[in-house]
Amino acid sequence: MIQAILVFNNHGKPRLVRFYQQEIQQQIVRETFHLVLKRDDNICNFLEGGSLIGGSDYKLIYRHYATLYFVFCVDSSESELGILDLIQVFVETLDKCFENVCELDLIFHMDKVHYILQEVVMGGMVLETNMNEIVAQIEAQNRLEKSEVTPRWA
Amino acid sequence: MKECMVRLIYCEMLGYDASFGYIHAIKLAQQGNLLEKRVGYLAVSLFLHENHELLLLLVNTVVKDLQSTNLVEVCMALTIVSQIFPREMIPAVLPLIEDKLQHSKEIIRRKAVLALYKFHLIAPNQVQHIHIKFRKALCDRDVGVMAASLHIYFRMIKENSSGYKDLTGSFVTILKQVVGGKLPVDFNYHSVPAPWIQIQLLRILGLLGKDDQRTSELMYDVLDESLRRAELNHNVTYAILFECVHTVYSIYPKSELLEKAAKCIGKFVLSPKINLKYLGLKALTYVIQQDPTLALQHQMTIIECLDHPDPIIKRETLELLYRITNAQNITVIVQKMLEYLHQSKEEYIIVNLVGKIADILVLNTVDTYAPDNAWFIQTMNAVFSVGGDVMHPDIPNNFMRLLAEGFDDETEDQQLRLYAVQSYLTLLDVENVFYPQKFLQVMSWVLGEYYYLLDKDTPEEVLTKLYKLLMNDSVSSETKAWLIAAVTKLTSQAHSSNIVERLIQEFTISLDTCMRQHAFELKHLRENVELMKSLLPVDKSCEDMVVDASLSFLDGFVAEELSQGAAPYKPHHQRQEEKLSQEKVLNFEPYGLSFSSSGFTGRQSPAGISLGSDISGNSAETGMKETNSLKLEGIKKLWGKEGYLPKKEGKTGDETEALPVPQESIIMENVDQAVTKKDQCQVLTQSKEEKEKQLLASSLFVGLGSESTINLLGKADTVSHKFRRKPKVKETKSGETTSAHSMTCSYFSSSSNATYEDDYYLDALQDRGDKELNKFSLNSELLDSESLTELPSVEKLSNCKLSSSPSLFTDNNMEGFHPSQSTAPSVAPETSLASSLLEETSEHMHSELVEVCHNETISVSSYKIWKDDCLFIVWSVSNKSGLELKSANLEIAPAENFKLLRYEPASSSHSPACVLSLALSLSCQINKYIKSLKKKKDQPGTKKNKQNRASGLKMELKPPHGHPQADSGCRRCRHHHQEEGHDPEEPEQLRKLFIGGLSFETTDIL
Repeated sequence: MIQAILVFNNHGKPRLVRFYQQEIQQQIVRETFHLVLKRDDNICNFLEGGSLIGGSDYKLIYRHYATLYFVFCVDSSESELGILDLIQVFVETLDKCFENVCELDLIFHMDKVHYILQEVVMGGMVLETNMNEIVAQIEAQNRLEKSEVTPRWA
Repeated sequence: MKECMVRLIYCEMLGYDASFGYIHAIKLAQQGNLLEKRVGYLAVSLFLHENHELLLLLVNTVVKDLQSTNLVEVCMALTIVSQIFPREMIPAVLPLIEDKLQHSKEIIRRKAVLALYKFHLIAPNQVQHIHIKFRKALCDRDVGVMAASLHIYFRMIKENSSGYKDLTGSFVTILKQVVGGKLPVDFNYHSVPAPWIQIQLLRILGLLGKDDQRTSELMYDVLDESLRRAELNHNVTYAILFECVHTVYSIYPKSELLEKAAKCIGKFVLSPKINLKYLGLKALTYVIQQDPTLALQHQMTIIECLDHPDPIIKRETLELLYRITNAQNITVIVQKMLEYLHQSKEEYIIVNLVGKIADILVLNTVDTYAPDNAWFIQTMNAVFSVGGDVMHPDIPNNFMRLLAEGFDDETEDQQLRLYAVQSYLTLLDVENVFYPQKFLQVMSWVLGEYYYLLDKDTPEEVLTKLYKLLMNDSVSSETKAWLIAAVTKLTSQAHSSNIVERLIQEFTISLDTCMRQHAFELKHLRENVELMKSLLPVDKSCEDMVVDASLSFLDGFVAEELSQGAAPYKPHHQRQEEKLSQEKVLNFEPYGLSFSSSGFTGRQSPAGISLGSDISGNSAETGMKETNSLKLEGIKKLWGKEGYLPKKEGKTGDETEALPVPQESIIMENVDQAVTKKDQCQVLTQSKEEKEKQLLASSLFVGLGSESTINLLGKADTVSHKFRRKPKVKETKSGETTSAHSMTCSYFSSSSNATYEDDYYLDALQDRGDKELNKFSLNSELLDSESLTELPSVEKLSNCKLSSSPSLFTDNNMEGFHPSQSTAPSVAPETSLASSLLEETSEHMHSELVEVCHNETISVSSYKIWKDDCLFIVWSVSNKSGLELKSANLEIAPAENFKLLRYEPASSSHSPACVLSLALSLSCQINKYIKSLKKKKDQPGTKKNKQNRASGLKMELKPPHGHPQADSGCRRCRHHHQEEGHDPEEPEQLRKLFIGGLSFETTDIL
């Protein structure tokens, strides 16, 4: 099960925080950031044993994209490499939805990012890994949004 | 409003408090239009936690939305349910969600399944009745729904695998379809069909097939297929492969699959990609217990990983090593762990690692893993001082229990304790060092219990130290209690001590009531020596104490008092009640007085008398209690152990052979120096490092698998042990076949690294300017390689290299064990041998014992002693098997400058007569002579050590004066030799025989 999904930038500013089990969030974000930041790019993407998030059963799996770190905190029932690719899927989906996603997109459209995430991971479980399916769902929602907004302005 | 909510979410994410907006989020979800609802739900799921009271306000909305005909609304409701939903409200929505399982839209079905899974997680008993529906979901025509149901099954099978065996077939079929590419193409990820589903399925199969042959048989085919298919070089295929391997090793084993899986692990471990390496190590760790040979195949990689820059990889490697710890590699592994421990700063890691080391040590010492006492104590010291106060409290307790209970061998125990006392005294001598509280507690307990072992008249010295600690502000009051308990114990052995008096004075006025009580106890006990002795017996910490909880010894006293009219005892609460009731009736009843001992009036009545006697009774009682508590205190740490006692007794009497203390302590003290030396040695070349690694590898993996595989890399392996221990390889070979082992050892020319070393030592020595050392340092580089062939089994030939030089910086440059030498100056001028090896070695500079080579029957170790005028090489051959050693061949070739060694057939008067013949061809001092030394040792079949102890044979070679031997191949050495150009005659030959622990020597003049 996925415990938390964190996205923060190189300076440790959180850009997306999603916990599936409520905990002391800010502290975890900070701690995770410190753990992740001091690791080079050329060493492995798995981290074990933050003291705040659950201890030995939990792992941090992260990827570093340009200015952003995507960190998934998972327990032992998830496959490490699988999650690593899930991050990839998530980022690629973001990229498709925003067309060249960048940090600013995450700031200004954070609700959308959350919706996309909701399609990928629901309540800590991987819901959908099929990128086309995710994008289709998001587009359906966007259409809905337009159809709702247009009448109001019309 | 919608925009505001998004901003609020943003603020909350950045860590600002936005609790004022929570209610608005709920309102938005309740009342807004579709878009606002969506934002509202999102905000709620981010803001609130499961037990938040506002969440109840949402339930109605959720129910309403679930019933909506609008798909989007239903989706949103299902999402919020699966993220966050109050447990008590599940019944309200459960039927609605169950209905959704039949919904025509797959997205709804999928989300409904996950919502039910969530319910299963938080309240499993409420969803028991819908398990049938989960099965339907598993057979759903939509892949997404099926995938979602896998989550549930994974969970449920994990909890109870036996209940779902019947589904194995379905899972196998599904996996077959997935692997076979039967799914729609858009489930492919990088042209791998639905990797996540595959991973999930493989995990489920692994759980199902565990220890179940029949179920496992069903899945062999599909696993094979998966392994075969997953060949694309992409991350996600590795993920599948990893799961495959994991599953293959989890289920009932099948050799073909295991073989393939092992190959895959190899792929992982050897991969340049760091993530894969990590997973490979993980897989190895998992597999290692079933198949240790796999680790042997990858030993070099593992060694590399030990020095990996990534701490995670390092830790994983240590985890792996932890799993393969055995009697023979424990020193090296623990050493590695300690090194890592010193580097790491995170508390979590420290706690974890300290736990593991202590686990290895304490647990394995019980199984006689730890090589010897000194090492054990020293390592525990290191663990305590690093692990400090964060470590698990069981660790010091277990350690003390181990000390107290000891093993079966009493003398062994005493030595262990004695050593502990000595080492703690040394540690306490060091000024300005802060030890962790737990360590101090252990120290004070040990000193208190076992100081008497030192056989000193008064514990004055140690009392001073304890006193100093007691006065130290940085010591916590809990530790102080331990300290004063130790003082009390010591006082019972020596009563007239100023320090104790001073201490009592200090602490009877202490602000800390606890300390004050201890001080008073001590004071009173001092006044009654007899009582004190009986209370604090020496070395009785292990004995069980019977505590009379009912205080029956007071019965007579109580009866007496009662007969004199004392009030019977009432429990506290009863007294309280009575007091309360008295207060209600304003306390004018005379009866009430007699019942409440606390009531105080001036009236002369029986009650008054009883009150008085009660008081005296109480004081007597507390007095007794006090002594009782004191008694407990001396022994309190052993209380938890009673349950373990029977287990201990079942232990076998096998003890590791302990060396006499002096040598060990020298070695241990040199550990630190050795570390710095090791650093200096870093300048040595790559090839050197390579070799070190190999050495390390062989020392780490010794004892794994069969002996013949140890050398499977075909590289030079030297198994070195820091301590000479007699391995207890009990090879029980059927039939006492008399096998002849011929051992051929040859010195051959030193390889290139000798030059480096030589260089290095040269410099170092010049710096030192130590003439004495210089004299023989330069050309004494000795690089010998020996081959040990075991003739009966011609299977292997191990080339062993070992390098050494007589300089102070000599070491074998092996990481993982500390080379050390005695720094004692070589003072004894005369060449006659000291009567025993150990005495001699402690007197002179010597290298440490290095195991040169070994196989399952024989191990050869050597060390060197530098004397003023000569160099001794001491070789000891120990026979580990019960077989007879017929002959041994020692060839030293090509050698120059060796003064001859001669053989002397020696026979001892003891029953294991040993005939050793050394055939030597003499080498003159100038030129190359091949010298071969042949020794033969015959052991009569009658000689059999009861415990299969190794019988050793030692032999020393002595070069000419001033010319410690140099290898002919070592150009530098020769060079120096020529420079020095003097060749004293008068070779002397010394030999010693150690047979079965007895030593005989002969000295021959050539």
